[in-house]
Amino acid sequence: MSSLWTRCNNCQRILYKEDILDNHSVCPECAFHFRLSASEWLAMLYDDGQFDVCDHEIKPQDPLNFVDSQPYHKRLADNQRKTSLPEAVVNGLGTIGGMRVAVSALDFAFMGGSMGSVVGEKITRAAERALAEKIPFIIVSCSGGARMQEGALSLMQMVKTSAALGRLEKAGLPFFSVLADPTTGGVTASFAMLGNLNIAEPNALIGFAGPRVIEQTIKEKLPKGFQRSEFLLSHGMIDEVVPRKNLRPYLVRALRLFLNKSA
Amino acid sequence: MTKPEDFYALEKPIAALKEQIDALLLAGEPGFKEKVAALRLEIETEWQKLQPRLIPSQIVQVARHPKRPLTLEYINALMTDFMEMHGDRRFGDDPALVAGLAFYKGQTVAVMGHQKGRTTRERIDRNFGQMNPEGYRKAYRVFREAEKFGFPVITFIDTQGAYPGIGAEERGQAEAIAFNLKVMSGLRVPIVCVIIGEGGSGGALGIGVGDQILMLENAYYSVISPEGCAAILWKDQSAVQQAAENLHIRAADLLKLGVIDKIIPEPPGGAHIDPETTFKNTDKIVHQTLTKLKAKTADDLVDERYAKFRKMGVYVVS
Ligand SMILES: [Zn+2]
Repeated sequence: MSSLWTRCNNCQRILYKEDILDNHSVCPECAFHFRLSASEWLAMLYDDGQFDVCDHEIKPQDPLNFVDSQPYHKRLADNQRKTSLPEAVVNGLGTIGGMRVAVSALDFAFMGGSMGSVVGEKITRAAERALAEKIPFIIVSCSGGARMQEGALSLMQMVKTSAALGRLEKAGLPFFSVLADPTTGGVTASFAMLGNLNIAEPNALIGFAGPRVIEQTIKEKLPKGFQRSEFLLSHGMIDEVVPRKNLRPYLVRALRLFLNKSA
Repeated sequence: MTKPEDFYALEKPIAALKEQIDALLLAGEPGFKEKVAALRLEIETEWQKLQPRLIPSQIVQVARHPKRPLTLEYINALMTDFMEMHGDRRFGDDPALVAGLAFYKGQTVAVMGHQKGRTTRERIDRNFGQMNPEGYRKAYRVFREAEKFGFPVITFIDTQGAYPGIGAEERGQAEAIAFNLKVMSGLRVPIVCVIIGEGGSGGALGIGVGDQILMLENAYYSVISPEGCAAILWKDQSAVQQAAENLHIRAADLLKLGVIDKIIPEPPGGAHIDPETTFKNTDKIVHQTLTKLKAKTADDLVDERYAKFRKMGVYVVS
């Protein structure tokens, strides 16, 4: 297949890449939402695709000298090379609908978007920056959860980030959580569920425990649509399921409403 | 790879000595005290040989020992007039978490903890100490009562993890835990957390944000169970030992990493061999800790708690 063409993971149709990109990386045939990189998220949300990147100088370590099939430090280096990112989150600063907003986007391509010390630190810094500048904060989550290779230090990032959001809330600053496929584990059980608005992309897997773990525990098959965005909407866990092409206008309206700024 | 020996096999000589002690105590014949003291010394000698050889996966077995003291036993040993509070006022009551008020050193405290249950029946009824969302929301209710009335909060942590079930997901397990992290981070009364057995990931953390995190010497605290980690990263259930080692889950490791603040020593043989001494050691350190915290203003407590978790993590700026 030439690089001009690609296959949709969902409907299996062969598609012209340009057509997908023109459609916000959504399949024009079946509306499957292709996964976006952190940079693509920020470019899509910020006005004219323009934003400043913050906290890029914060880089991971291997505090536990963790070795599974390969050493963690090697895994980090491989992922940095593969994604050209220092870690699994990118912090942006810019305007959305003319309103200054801090946005952090997780990148699933970097170790499944997992949260270790750096992701926790950068999310916290972004929240603290929003607090200092008195601006709203948005996180786009796409993550398998806490990163095992940093052990309990990863677990503690759940507290750190949630505490920072608590401070933002106390200062009366809005925080919106955008959930993309998939968002599970320690990320869902911390900042991703703490939005003044929780907004999900269609059909995203969102949950605390992974479906396989649940199946093994209860020893039965899970119902269709379980832990998908629409399931969470009907169970009262999120405010809206928003297709990607509507997300930016949705956020602009949400920002205006929360900031009490009518157009 | 060869499977390491079970702790339950290794502790057999100690368990046998402990049985002799129990028999002597029960009979209460003249001269029993001296005999018990001698047996305790023997246990100590055995333990000094065994303890340095224990690997992390065996420590996990100590932490999960079926005879290890449970939350309600700590509450009954350390406190009086425990009045249990039930229900989250939203959906139901979670028996995997006991929570309520009690007197500790003559002062009302809010106390809670995972309760695994002792008998098979009780374990099933309490879902093996694995909480559902209504448990975290019951905890939240008690946090708020504590804050309103100015009572310190003491939590005992002993869970394999939050329950991974259909209902738990439907009712928002993730949200329930996340919400508690935020609330505990800002609660305007002292919070002391004690990890007494298993510190299983988010399920533990959901009642585990405090000014001081204390941990029993042979408890463990981890981002994921060694079994879960072995399955995901090694794709091999027999890699539990390597997973446990790599995760750094022992109290001494976590103290070095700054995740916990203090280790509560266990008696020779582990907490289950001598619960009385375990309670005494726990009582002493909890009391010292709480006394220091009670001297602080609410603003200082909240600021210091924020700063404590704020600095956790290891990274470079370059
Ligand atoms: Zn398609």
